[in-house]
Amino acid sequence: MRRITLWMFSTVAALVLLFSYRTSTGGSGNAAAEPITLTVPSAPATSASPETTAPSASKPTLGTKTYTGSTANTRWGDVQVAITVTNGKISDVQVPVYPNGNGRDEEINGYALPILTQETLSAQNANIDTVSGATVTSDGYLQSLQSALDAAHLS
Amino acid sequence: MTTETPVRRAWVQQIMGLPISVHIRSRHLAPTIDDCVTALFADLRRIDRVCSPYRDDSDLARWARGEAVTDPLLNDVVRLCDEAHERTEGWFDPRGLPDPRDGHPRYDPSGLVKGWAVERAARHLADLAGHGWCVNAGGDILVYAPDDQPPWRIGIENPLDPTRVMQVVDLRSGAVATSGSTHRGSHIIDPHTRLPAVACRSVTVTGPSLLWADVYATATAARGTTAVEWLHGVEAYEGLLVTVRGLVRATAGWPGHQVGS
Repeated sequence: MRRITLWMFSTVAALVLLFSYRTSTGGSGNAAAEPITLTVPSAPATSASPETTAPSASKPTLGTKTYTGSTANTRWGDVQVAITVTNGKISDVQVPVYPNGNGRDEEINGYALPILTQETLSAQNANIDTVSGATVTSDGYLQSLQSALDAAHLS
Repeated sequence: MTTETPVRRAWVQQIMGLPISVHIRSRHLAPTIDDCVTALFADLRRIDRVCSPYRDDSDLARWARGEAVTDPLLNDVVRLCDEAHERTEGWFDPRGLPDPRDGHPRYDPSGLVKGWAVERAARHLADLAGHGWCVNAGGDILVYAPDDQPPWRIGIENPLDPTRVMQVVDLRSGAVATSGSTHRGSHIIDPHTRLPAVACRSVTVTGPSLLWADVYATATAARGTTAVEWLHGVEAYEGLLVTVRGLVRATAGWPGHQVGS
């Protein structure tokens, strides 16, 4: 359980990092990035599993819970991030507040958001038929996801 | 009415230096199915003999040396490359691309040939009534699913970690093409600077034609992250772009959804 907690914190750290990338991307020159902190409230310590033996570690709630970070103002506008945690893993990331650009930007859905949400889900769980990616050459084929998907149906 | 689970079979061959996977599903696979797939692969081999920039005996190589060319397909390719150059406002350009073997600039239509060849070869599957099919050529995909089958679920590779899928596109009929640096390094050239284009890690484009989805993905990757806005204006095609820093942008109509949803 302690491992899960640490994992969650490292994921939060990654989120902070990615957002600071975004702010530096949007700026001109090498303006210092303004990190956005997402605070995960300590989860209620409802111990359902008796084998938990680390009393000092705060225990994440099993089930689904959404944590909303505080709004951070960056030079490009306010940003707020919310994460949904399911069984100790981040299952979704929402950005309820993000900087407002011009109308064209809004129309294009062009806000560059971190890829983090997806990184938490592996291909094995995605139940897909095939994979689109940067060109796989014959040399790299045996290591590719597609080769595993093919192997399941080769006759 | 009983619903039988469709049977699914796959074939894989290495052609043009790429793994070409064909998946076909149907409640009853037609007896002619092997012939159709064989014809598809044979078609791709013919295109490779005509258009390969790596074979000294290809029509393309002969044409580059100023020799006579017999196969009319090369003409079609050159004409389509001109059209692609125009449609992408100059960001798709087969001229002066470096030969990966020695770096010398040359005319290399490979960025267009693959999608065009697969689309052309897939006509051999069109007569298989009631069959769904999916052709994947090194990550570029063309699919068809009849009404009584679910759409194909196409995973979009996470360019930061190719063992993971970042989104899924459900598609009944059409193409998904991805250009990027994940497996082959920075091989997309900015036609204006003649230097590798590095702003995009990957660009995925979906739309009715694999030829054009592939061309638009390559042109967007060459043009850079703001090319999402250009792609937004291209009718019937949608795109998803991952920047070099791992941020995601998409056109408004992008049909992909995240894996869990």
